[in-house]
Amino acid sequence: MRAQIAQRTLRTDRWWLPPLVTFAGLLLISIYAAVRTFMGDYYWVDEYRYLTPMYSPCLSEECLPAAAHFGRPLPELPGFLTPPVVIIPFLLGFRVTCYYYRKAYYRAAWLSPPACAVAEPHAKYTGETRFPLIAQNLHRYFFYAASILLLINIYDAAYAFSTGVGLGNIVLLVNVALLGAYTLSCHSCRHIAGGRLKHFSKHPVRYWMWTRISKLNARHMQLAWASLIFVCVTDLYVALVASGTITDLRIIN
Amino acid sequence: MGYQGHFRVWRGDADGGGLEDFTVEVNEGEVVLDIIHRLQATQTADLAVRWNCKAGKCGSCSAEINGKPRLLCMTRMSVFAEDEVVTVTPMRTFPVIRDLVTDVSYNYTKAREVPAFSPPKGVAPGDYRMSQVDVERSQEFRKCIECFLCQNTCHVIRDHEENKQSFSGPRFLMRVAELEMHPLDSADRVDEARSEHGLGLCNITKCCTDVCPENIQITDNALIPMKERVADRRYDPIVWLGNKLFRRS
Amino acid sequence: MPEVERHSFDVLVIGAGGAGLRAAIEAREHGMRTAVLCKSLFGKAHTVMAEGGIAAAMGNVNAGDNWQVHFRDTMRGGKFLNNWRMAELHAREAPDRVWELETYGALFDRTKDGRISQRNFGGHEYPRLAHVGDRTGLELIRSLQQKVVSLQQEDFADTGDYESRLKVFQEFTVTDLVQGEGGAGGKPGKVAGAFGYWRESGRFVLFEAPAVVLATGGIGKSFKVTSNSWEYTGDGHALAMRAGASLINMEFIQFHPTGMVWPPSVKGILVTESVRGDGGVLRNSEGKRFMFDYIPEVFKDKYADSEDEADRWYADPDNNRRPPELLPRDEVARAINSEVKAGRGSEHGGVFLDVSTRLPAEEIKRRLPSMHHQFKELADVDITAQPMEVGPTCHYVMGGVQVDPDTGASSVPGLFAAGEVSGGMHGSNRLGGNSLSDLLVFGRRAGEGAAVYVTSLSERPACSDEAVVEAERVALAPFSGTGGENPYTLHMELQQAMNDLVGIIRRADEMDQALKRLDDLKRRARSLTVEGHRQFNPGWHLALDLRNMLLVSECVARAALLRTESRGGHTRDDYPRMEADWRRKLLVCRASGDGVTVAEEAQVPIRADLLELFEFTELQKYLTAEELEG
Repeated sequence: MRAQIAQRTLRTDRWWLPPLVTFAGLLLISIYAAVRTFMGDYYWVDEYRYLTPMYSPCLSEECLPAAAHFGRPLPELPGFLTPPVVIIPFLLGFRVTCYYYRKAYYRAAWLSPPACAVAEPHAKYTGETRFPLIAQNLHRYFFYAASILLLINIYDAAYAFSTGVGLGNIVLLVNVALLGAYTLSCHSCRHIAGGRLKHFSKHPVRYWMWTRISKLNARHMQLAWASLIFVCVTDLYVALVASGTITDLRIIN
Repeated sequence: MGYQGHFRVWRGDADGGGLEDFTVEVNEGEVVLDIIHRLQATQTADLAVRWNCKAGKCGSCSAEINGKPRLLCMTRMSVFAEDEVVTVTPMRTFPVIRDLVTDVSYNYTKAREVPAFSPPKGVAPGDYRMSQVDVERSQEFRKCIECFLCQNTCHVIRDHEENKQSFSGPRFLMRVAELEMHPLDSADRVDEARSEHGLGLCNITKCCTDVCPENIQITDNALIPMKERVADRRYDPIVWLGNKLFRRS
Repeated sequence: MPEVERHSFDVLVIGAGGAGLRAAIEAREHGMRTAVLCKSLFGKAHTVMAEGGIAAAMGNVNAGDNWQVHFRDTMRGGKFLNNWRMAELHAREAPDRVWELETYGALFDRTKDGRISQRNFGGHEYPRLAHVGDRTGLELIRSLQQKVVSLQQEDFADTGDYESRLKVFQEFTVTDLVQGEGGAGGKPGKVAGAFGYWRESGRFVLFEAPAVVLATGGIGKSFKVTSNSWEYTGDGHALAMRAGASLINMEFIQFHPTGMVWPPSVKGILVTESVRGDGGVLRNSEGKRFMFDYIPEVFKDKYADSEDEADRWYADPDNNRRPPELLPRDEVARAINSEVKAGRGSEHGGVFLDVSTRLPAEEIKRRLPSMHHQFKELADVDITAQPMEVGPTCHYVMGGVQVDPDTGASSVPGLFAAGEVSGGMHGSNRLGGNSLSDLLVFGRRAGEGAAVYVTSLSERPACSDEAVVEAERVALAPFSGTGGENPYTLHMELQQAMNDLVGIIRRADEMDQALKRLDDLKRRARSLTVEGHRQFNPGWHLALDLRNMLLVSECVARAALLRTESRGGHTRDDYPRMEADWRRKLLVCRASGDGVTVAEEAQVPIRADLLELFEFTELQKYLTAEELEG
């Protein structure tokens, strides 16, 4: 028999605050992302060749031809669907199966547990042993996909420099830097690079990569948030310039 | 220098109990365990508490202080305000024996279910050669003082008693990881981590890491790498297909 | 027949630290049904507190090392009072015992070529201590614990029961040994078992077994400032004496030079010697590295006399002498004591141990992680930026049960001892790192000794009902006490008396006073009274432990009073010199009535070929003219 203590928790600190903030943050960003996705507009600044990462790569028939850096192999999407729906499953999949975000939403959205040593409200718990959560094990494939998308984003950011340098270029650059750091710091990446080895000493290069990635990995949470927020900032900036609400601050030409 | 501190200590046994209030002297530099000892010596001689080294090295005095799983000997009184009521309760996940002492035999049972180190064949004692970089990962896990605070805080068993059967808890999943990463261990640990020790039940919410008094990165360095190794083996469709096609025959 | 829980085994091991577990493993591997009884949870024994390492002359770092050098260092450290045979066995077998730990899964720090790394330590001529950062004791206990589990897994595969051949009874205290009938001339009877109680429930248990291995550790809880945990109440020492065995060398108590001095609640907790081995230096309040003023004559040629030379030694040990901070522990402890007495101590009555100005912060955190953690958490001191305040703390008792070096057998048939509870191995002072190796070497030997003894028995002695009834009566006495003496008060007074009067520096008049106080405490202990019931009652537990502490403390005080010289862990203000004649004498302590008697006995002479390992000039410092002639 366990000690009979009626309270759900005896914690006296504001343990409910972190999950609340996480939940609010994820909710806000989801709303913003949904709105922008279905807006289907203001994703491309033709003059400076800024393409928002949310629409990159733009692959279907309705894409602005100049924004479709890799052509438009897909037909026009039916109904209310917009170009991002082609890539969002991969981007979302990467974030949803990410070991950090799992912690964040299991705690904040599913309250399993809401905070350490605070009882969770669910009567049953099977963790990640069954469908659908067993699919979390597919994280590495989303990592591969996200890496390809990251390369495309890098291409986009570089391509934008072909017309000169403006604040938008800097924003795009910071965005890919943060996305790159987040992607590299991924636990699956760490495992693939070297973590899976039993003898580091026999693979000095992979061990070196593993140590670097481990350092980044320790900041995975911070990078997850920074890159997520900055994707939105980048998208917002592109949207504002594209819609003519603001003008891009030019540095060179 | 000293002041009168307010304490609320859970007293009782398996049949029941409750929080009792005490006012007790607190001096500079003391830890919660000192106060519990003062209670024993001055007010309540039969207050049961388990402790040993009083230096954070043996992991005996695990309990919950203001609801947080902690070592009594490593929680300094200076972290509390003088007028704050400090609540001390036994670990919730294990059956209580009396007062702050719990029955931690679950952990010893689970320890026994992890197959021991399997020495390399044909290597004589004295001939073991291992590189420092190869032993470091397992060494981190061997810092574990077996205070079982991670086991206590893990919601998989804290909130779901029925999972104790199929789940070994962070401590022993980490032990599996330690052996898996041991440069000379010759056994394969990946399948048993999932099937015998319930790795899939872990939803990496990191409370084990948060409460570890040795600051072992249990989740990032042991549990997630084990999950990745299981993914290598079981959830890699190419490998899975290969197994289906070729090993069967 | 008294109604108590009963168990029957071939070998009982009391204590689950390094020596106990190693003995149990050995006994089990010899086919004995073995039980381990321990006061704490399995895996929490005081061995986890050992930090620095395990001394073993593997020669991994300096190929010049071998067992003979280790033997020499051990004898020197113990001021030649060591039982030479034990020192020899220890030096010869320690490497095998360390290597064996690797087969149990231990992971020591490595050298560049992948072997076990070894570090410098006080009194050791070469880098010799196998270590894991500064948590070697934890590694040792965990490896042994996991070996026990692995044997249990084998037994499970064989019999379907994990505990069929090796069982751990945790949180169990033994209060008395049970013996068969004594022989002629007051000879102690053969061991028949042990009696004790579950700490949790207070229920009594009788273990029937023809062999008992004591591995109960030390006696530090009789002193106020100590690095020892509550378990160290001298149980094994007292059990052995009450069974009729003798203790030797009880006057030699090691005060570790560096214990924490502040805050008060952690006073005494150990600061590992590795801090000094890795470059830490001792300074007084004037900022002076005072150890240079305290190099004794016998060590002058081994220790540097200037800071420059001492600092060069870390990089080039072959061409420089060692820093005096690495003198044997007794020397350093006395030096700190003198500095503090002379008014050059720190604010809280210690001296400064500084590693922050000697190594980069990252390096300190890597090499001394648990020290960094300990000071940060307990004293709010960052050792990478500030010096530590340290002072002597009661750490280890060199004395213990007089045993046969090869088998660990005491003079009571069936009673064995290993580890700190046995005496002789370390002479008058133990070198750092020699304790963990002692546990393994003699733990194994005692386990084997017990197994061989049990196999040789034609008939097992029986536990008489009277003995059980009597043991039960003694254990329950505090509940029917009427005198109202509080065990906590008595314990505090005992600790104060031992600390003040039989502490690091001793004088005849003070020890007389100590004996008077001990007499008084013994008298008052008869009217100890505890309240409540038997279920997990710490007051009652302490009352029973006090009986042991008082008996053992008396041994310490009486022996210390008799030995009119200063040697190793025994320093007399009134007899400050070491006397070669005293080296040939052991003080042997036996129980008599409710007190003890201490008698002189001749020390066993050192075997000739071992003596030849030393230079004649060195022997001159320790041996009498008469011995030198031979």
